[in-house]
Amino acid sequence: MRWFTSVLRQTGAGLRLLIVLTVILGICYPLAVYGVSRIPGLQSNAEGSQVKLDGQVVGSRLIGIDPVAKNPAADPYFHNRASASAKGALGPADPSTSGGSNLSGDSTELRGLLLERKEAIAGREGVTPDRVPADAVTASGSGLDPDIGPAYAELQAPRVARVNHLDPDAVRRLIAEHTAGRQLGMLGAPTVNVLQLNLAIKKLGGSHGR
Amino acid sequence: MSDLWAGLSQIGVLLLCLAAAYKPLGDYLARVFTSERHWKLESGIYRVIRVDPDSGQRWTTYAAGVLGFSFVSIVLLYLLQRLQAILPLNFGRGAVDPATAFNTAVSFVTNTNWQSYTPEEAMGHVVQMVGLTVQNFVSAGMGICVAIALVRGFVRANTGRIGNVWVDLTRICVRVLLPISFVFAILLVAGGVVMSLSSGFTSTGIDGMQHTTALAPAASQEVIKELGTNGGGIFNGNSAHPFENPQGWTNLIEIFLILVIPVSLTRTFGVLVGSRKQGYTLLSVMGALWGLMLAVIWWAESHPNGPAALLAGGAMEGKESRFGIAGSALFAGSTTGTSTGAVNAAHDSLTGLGGGGALLNMLFAELTPGGVGTGLYSILVIAIIAVFLAGLMVGRTPEYLGKKLGRREVTCSAIAILAMPALVLLGSGIALLLPGIRATMTNSGAHGLSEVLYAYGSASNNNGSAFAGLTVTNDWFEATLGVAMLFGRFVPILAVLRLAGALAAQRKTPPSAGTLPTQGPMFASLVGGTVVLVAALTFVPALALGPIAEALA
Repeated sequence: MRWFTSVLRQTGAGLRLLIVLTVILGICYPLAVYGVSRIPGLQSNAEGSQVKLDGQVVGSRLIGIDPVAKNPAADPYFHNRASASAKGALGPADPSTSGGSNLSGDSTELRGLLLERKEAIAGREGVTPDRVPADAVTASGSGLDPDIGPAYAELQAPRVARVNHLDPDAVRRLIAEHTAGRQLGMLGAPTVNVLQLNLAIKKLGGSHGR
Repeated sequence: MSDLWAGLSQIGVLLLCLAAAYKPLGDYLARVFTSERHWKLESGIYRVIRVDPDSGQRWTTYAAGVLGFSFVSIVLLYLLQRLQAILPLNFGRGAVDPATAFNTAVSFVTNTNWQSYTPEEAMGHVVQMVGLTVQNFVSAGMGICVAIALVRGFVRANTGRIGNVWVDLTRICVRVLLPISFVFAILLVAGGVVMSLSSGFTSTGIDGMQHTTALAPAASQEVIKELGTNGGGIFNGNSAHPFENPQGWTNLIEIFLILVIPVSLTRTFGVLVGSRKQGYTLLSVMGALWGLMLAVIWWAESHPNGPAALLAGGAMEGKESRFGIAGSALFAGSTTGTSTGAVNAAHDSLTGLGGGGALLNMLFAELTPGGVGTGLYSILVIAIIAVFLAGLMVGRTPEYLGKKLGRREVTCSAIAILAMPALVLLGSGIALLLPGIRATMTNSGAHGLSEVLYAYGSASNNNGSAFAGLTVTNDWFEATLGVAMLFGRFVPILAVLRLAGALAAQRKTPPSAGTLPTQGPMFASLVGGTVVLVAALTFVPALALGPIAEALA
C-alpha cells in the first residue's frame, strides 16, 4: 500500500514535470531554432533550398525528381537515379513522401527491376547494358537522391549534347564543373547534382522546354 | 584518394572528434550529477512540480518515478496523436489510428523510435514538436538517469539512497541535451537541414511537371534524434532524406552526435568511481566490438555477393550517392551499435552479411557503445557477470569496485541481460508460426526470417531501425512489438535500479590481494568474451537460418 501511494505521488510529480518540459523542449526550443533559422542565409536552407528560374520554383537543390522528356526519342535531360516512389521502374519520384524499396539482395522482384532499368537506360543512351553504372539502376534510400555519380553523368553526356545541339566537349566541361568531390577529400563520394546540371545545360542554350 | 583511404580517413576524423569531446563532456556530465547547486531555472521547475530537490530517493521511489513518468508520457503522447484532427498545423492529417498511436507512443517513450507510420503523411508539426521531440529528450534523459543511479550504487556505501530522479532528469535535459541540441540544430540548418512550419512547397520542374515536396521542422528534432540515440525520422526516409542529412559533413556530424554521449559516459563513470582506468577498460570493449562490426558491414557492402548487387554492379540499392558505401556503413554500424535506429541507408537492402552485421550489433544488447545511459548500464551488468564468472573459476566471492556480488546482485544482472533475448526469440518464433504473418513480408526465404528477427531485435533492444520491407502496420505487429519495446526497456531498468539499491546499501570492501583487477586488457577481454558468449549462445541458431544462410547462398 505504501509503495502504491509512492507510485501515485511520483506519477503526479512526473506529470507536472512532463508538462513543464513539454513547454521548454517542445515549444520554446523548436521555436527558438525556427527563429534563428529565419536569419537571411539560413532561411533558404530552412525552407528546403529551393531553386528558382525566372522567379519560378523549379525544385530543390537537395531533392532529385527525374525529369520526363516529352519525346522519349529526343530526350534532352540528364536523369536522376531510380526511385522507389516512382510509378514505374523509372520515372519521377514523389517528393511528398520518401523511402527506399527495402528489397533485399536476393529478391527476384529487385532483380527484375534492375534488368528492366538496365535495358531501358542502355537503350536510351545507345550503349550496351553492361556499361550502365550501379547508381543508375538502383533506388536510393530516400527515393529523392539529388545526385548521380560522375560515371552516370558521363554516360548521358553524348545524348544530351546531341539532342540539345551542343558541343559534347562543352557538356563534359559542364559535368566537370558540377562534379563535387569528396568533402575535405574524404567525406562521402563524388557526385553530380542533376537539377543544377540540367539548368546549366538550359542556360548554355539547350532545347529544354522547347 | 581511393575509396578505402577516404573511408579510413573519415573514420579517423570521427574518432578524433570523439576523443576531443571525451574528457570535457565526460567530466561535465560527472559534475552535472554531483553538483550541489541548482540553476535558477531548475529551482523554478522544482517549485512548480512541488518536489524537494535535496532529498535522496530509495531505489523503489526512483523506479516509481521512472515508471510513473513513462506512463504519463505514453498516455499524453497517445492522446496527442488521437486528437491530431483538432490540433493546429496538422495539414489535414487526421487522428492517428489507435494501434499505430499506441505503438508510436510506446516507441518514443522507450527511446526506441520504431516507426510504423509514414511521418510526412501521418504526423502534423504539433505532434512532431510538442509530442515526439519532447520524448526524444526525456527518454534519452531517463536512460542516462538510470545509468547514473547504478554508478551511485557503486560509489555510495551504507545508504539506500541512489539520487533524486526529478533532479537527475531535469539537469540532464536543461544542462546537457538542450544546449548541445540548440547549437547543433543551427549548424545543421547551415548544412541544409530544413526547419519549416509549412507542409511543403510546390514546384514546376524544367520538364513542366508539378510536384509538392514535403517540409517539416526537422533541424530541432534531427539533433536530439541522434544525440539522444533516438532515431525516429521526421521524414520516412530518415537520415537518408536530403532534408534530414543533406551532405557528407552533416552525415559525419550526425554519426558524431550518435556516439558522443554513450562514449563520454564511460569517462563520467571513471570519474565518479574514482578510477578513470575503469572507464577506459569498458570503453575499449565497446570500441573493439564497434570496430569489428563496422569492418564486417563495410567489407560486406564493398564486396557484395548477392544476386541483385552483382547484377547492378554494386550494393547501391537503398544507399544515397552523396554518402557512398563507406559513409553508409559507418552510419549503419553506429546506429545499430547504439540504440539509435536512425538510418541513412535502407537496412533491408544491405547485403546478407552487412545486414547480419547490423542485426548482430543490436543483439550484442546495444553496448557497442550502446544508447545514452543504456549502453553504460548494459556493459556494467555484463561486467558484473564477467566478475562473477571469474569468481567461479578461482572460487572467491566476486567483488566489483569494492562491492560484493552476492546472489541478489547476480540475479538482477542476469534478469537485465536475459530479458532482451527472451523477447526477441519468443516474439519472432510466435510471429513466424502465425498464419497471415508470412503474407506481410516483402522478401521471402532466409531474408524473410531476418526481417522478422530484425523487427523483434530492434524493438526489444529499443533500437528502432528496421528491415522495413516487413509490413508492420497490422494490429499483431503493432501490439506485440509495442509490448516487446515496453518489456525490453523497463525490465532491465527495474533490474538495474534494484541492483543499484542493493549495491548502495552495502559497505565498501577494501581490495585485497585476491581481488580481481577490473581494469586493463585482461578484464577487458573477459568482458568482451562475456558479451560475445551471451550473444552467441542465445542467437547463433536464429542467425544461421537468417542472415548467415543468405550470405552463404
